[in-house]
Order: sequence, then C-alpha cells, then structure tokens
Amino acid sequence: MNVRLKMILILTLFACISGGVLSVVYIVSNPLIEANMLAEQDRSIFLVVPEAKSYEEVTKSGFTYYECKDQGGGTVGIAMPAKGNGYQGTIRLMVGLSPDLETITGLAVLEQVETPGLGGRISEEGFSGQFKGIHTDPAVGWVKNQAPEKDTDIQAVTGATISSRSVVAIINKNIGELKKVL
Amino acid sequence: MSDLNDTRRGVFGEFTKGFWKENPILVMILGMCPTLAVTTSAINGLTMGFAVVFVLTCSSLIISIVRNIIPKQVRIPAFIVIIATFVTMVDLFLKAFLLDLSKALGPFIPLIVVNCIILGRAEAFASKNSVGLSVLDAVGVSLGFTVTLIILGGIREILGMGTFFGMPVLGARFERWVIMLLPPGAFITLGFLLGAKNLIDRRMEEKRK
Repeated sequence: MNVRLKMILILTLFACISGGVLSVVYIVSNPLIEANMLAEQDRSIFLVVPEAKSYEEVTKSGFTYYECKDQGGGTVGIAMPAKGNGYQGTIRLMVGLSPDLETITGLAVLEQVETPGLGGRISEEGFSGQFKGIHTDPAVGWVKNQAPEKDTDIQAVTGATISSRSVVAIINKNIGELKKVL
Repeated sequence: MSDLNDTRRGVFGEFTKGFWKENPILVMILGMCPTLAVTTSAINGLTMGFAVVFVLTCSSLIISIVRNIIPKQVRIPAFIVIIATFVTMVDLFLKAFLLDLSKALGPFIPLIVVNCIILGRAEAFASKNSVGLSVLDAVGVSLGFTVTLIILGGIREILGMGTFFGMPVLGARFERWVIMLLPPGAFITLGFLLGAKNLIDRRMEEKRK
C-alpha cells in the first residue's frame, strides 16, 4: 500500500478509536463529576449560611448568587460565589451574607493554590472562621500581627499578608457588585 | 537509550531495572516537572505515581501490539493519541471519584501526556519489543517512578509539615520547615537523593573491586 495513504488511514483509525473510547468514558463519568460539583456547592453554601435549609440560584445582570431560605421559605441569607487573584493563582470563595449584605455569616475557601503552610492557611478554620460576624460597611479590612479592634477587620495570616489581603479584596469587590445588582 | 536496552538482562531484569539501575527520576532524570511540582506530600506522590503506572502500562501494551502497523513517519503522533486517551481517562476518573486529590494535582494529571517518561518508554522500548516485555518494562519503570515520588514527597511532607500520609509523626513542638514545601525544597531534596544514589552506587562498585 502507498505509504502516504497508510499514514492517513492509520492515524484516522487511531483517532476514531480514541474518540469512541473517550466518549464512553465521558458519558459514564460526567454524571458523577457533576454530582461532585453540586455536592461541593451544597456543602459550601450550607456552611456559610448555617440557618439555610434550601437555596435557589439567582442570576441578575450576569451576577450569580444563591438566595438561602429556611423551612418556611423566608430568606435567611445570601451565598455569594466569588473569585479573584491570590498570591499565586486564582482563589475561589463562597461568602455567606445576611440578607441586607451588612454582615458576613461565613466564609469557605473552595479553591486556592497559595503557598502550602503560609498562604495556604487561608483555607484553615483559624483564618476563614474569623469572617463570621464581620461587618461589611464601609468595607472589610485587615490588620497584621495583632487582634483586630474594629468589627470590620480580620487578622491576616502571619507571613501571608498578600494572600490574606487578596481574600479581603475579593470579598469587598464582589459585595460591591452584588450591592449594585440587588 | 537503545544501547542500554541491548544489554541482555532477562525478563526479571526488565522489571527491576526501573527501581534502581534505570530509575526514571534518579538515573534518567526524566519527568522532572511532575516530580518537582507535586511532591509536597506523600499522598500526592502516590497518586501521581499510580496515574503514571496506569497510563504507562496501558499505552506500552497498546503500542507494543500495534507497533508493526504504524508507519514510522507518523509513530510519534500515533503514540501521543494513544497516551492522551489514557491520560484523559485517568483525569476523568480522578474528578469523578477522588475530587480532592484531583484538585491537589491540578494540571499535572493532564500534563502526563507530555511526560517524557511515557513517550520515552514508548519510543525506546515498547515500539521495539514484544508485548510481554513491554508491559514488564512499563510496570517496572512506573513503579520505580512511584516509589521515588513517595520518598521525595514523604521527606518533604515530614520536614515541611511534620506529618507522613497526613499522620503526625514529629509532634506538635516540631517547627515546620516551610521551605521544604516550596519549590526550593523540591530541588534540595532531589539533589540529596541523587547524591545518595550515586554514593551508594560508588560504594558498591568499590566493594566489587
């Protein structure tokens, strides 16, 4: 057989088999992957708005958030997904807010690639737990190496000011945008 | 590489060479990108290693079966298609069943496609040898890779976090060496491992004389 023809045939054959196999694997695994993503979303929303029993996705002028409801259907808070740049890469957060957006009810760090042991500690309860009850007006702030005095401030992770500052900046930016659309 | 393969070492030798004599990390210095980047903990090393065991074994198996029908001009694209298929399978599997590990390893799972250990074994071994030998070679080399990653990840995790596979081993009073978790820690540890391997080899050589 002509070598050129054989090259084309063999590569086409390989690509088709590969595509077929991958389609099957994708069909099998995709529902599981989506269920994982949804479970993670559920977990983080109920973590940051502890009073919530159910939630509803709302998209207003391109901004997506979750309206959290109690058993009676009354709004108990808002869970706001937020992302932005950290020290080394993207940080993704889920921020729980009171319905009037004045108080943070909880914070979950969904994804981050900060320095392990330094900036990576923003995922630890010692840092993210501080946000519970923090006031957002006029803006969330941070202090270094001392206990915060104002009710809008949190304490930055020692040695990881940039990561801590990034989290605060992402929260402030997204609350600002949410206030505009609500 | 081919002159190394020409030396007769028997079936058992094809399997064991990956652990010491032709260890992909310590001797061939291949696959440095995942080696340095993901070994911040022993479990990351283990997962990365197993992903490579699966991809290398499956792709060496397929490549050694089809080696005679692939025209040599298009062998590299054909190998890459085969390798990429298995890598995508691993990536989807991790996302479906081990989401946390998949996140920890990030882009380094998809990047196994361009890991030179895999293409290296395909080109240097699987495309020239029988199915049985190719699988033995692949399993041996990838397990050697896995063991080395666990050692590297284990040392960095113990010194950097005071834990091994997540279990505390050095006590709460241990001051963590954060640098071991950072990129310099990877280079330093790898350097010491390379030095140790060469030292042991030299000692054994001297004893033989």
